[in-house]
Amino acid sequence: MAVPKRRMSRSNTRSRRSQWKATAPTLAPCPNRACGELKPPHQACPTCGQYDGRQTIAV
Amino acid sequence: MPTPTKGPRLGGSPAHERLMLANLATSLFEHGKITTTEAKAKRLRPLAEKLVTFAKRGDLHARRQVMTTIRDKNVVHHLFAEIGPRYENRPGGYTRIVKVGPRKGDNAPMAVIEMVEALTVAQQAVGEAERARGTRFATPRSGGSSAAGEVTADTAALTDAGGTTGPGGDTSPDVTEGSEGVDDAQAVVTDVFTPDGETQDDTAVTPEPKRENAAVVDDEAISPEVAAAAAAEVEAAELGDAATAGRQAPGGESERDPK
Repeated sequence: MAVPKRRMSRSNTRSRRSQWKATAPTLAPCPNRACGELKPPHQACPTCGQYDGRQTIAV
Repeated sequence: MPTPTKGPRLGGSPAHERLMLANLATSLFEHGKITTTEAKAKRLRPLAEKLVTFAKRGDLHARRQVMTTIRDKNVVHHLFAEIGPRYENRPGGYTRIVKVGPRKGDNAPMAVIEMVEALTVAQQAVGEAERARGTRFATPRSGGSSAAGEVTADTAALTDAGGTTGPGGDTSPDVTEGSEGVDDAQAVVTDVFTPDGETQDDTAVTPEPKRENAAVVDDEAISPEVAAAAAAEVEAAELGDAATAGRQAPGGESERDPK
């Protein structure tokens, strides 16, 4: 079976891994005035549990 | 015609998918609200709504057709006795899906699928009127509360303006009584508190030196702050002690603003 002919250099390994980047999540402030925490859009707020003025999750 | 589901079956085989959806529907009708993954909730919605439509029809044939999917007779009874009549006037849309963050463990996106409430009388009337007109309007949302908030904010701003120019907040109101800026603020306050339009005429009052105000700078051309500062300087020079000039007022140091 096919195997690598050469050991991969430290430089090439590190160059490849330099592209592994984290991205910031999209967040929007909770429309509930009493909460106002940042939350992912189109989701029930994980802090206050409301979505569209309705209590969705018990907190 | 409903859109065919895309992608592979849930669970791997068509039979497994049918069983999983049947179990999900049973749990949904039993509890009214279940938490599951987004993909399952989206697949469950058309099946559950079709079963509710059978329940609204309510005859024996419909009941037998529902029994082919939901094997639990108690749940079928609950569906036909309670859930079907509740949605008598609702033309579809019996379930609601709300997304709730990813699951711990496998980070699967989760959702809550629940049976919606019965239509209120007002919603029913709006629906009938829209059907009669053949139009569709967006339901007004919380317009009244925001308007009320603006009104209260305006009154608060006006009372705030009155409070800062009143005798409590200013150390020497008599000195700058005849100036224009204070007159404007007082006119605003008078408008607020006497709604019949009656305003006090303070322009006739000429500032006079009093015990608490040893000096008065009376000039229409300069602003009230400059006049007050000039009066304070003259006062301090006359009294010979600039540091304790503020203590000459009868109230000692000026009161703090309540806000």
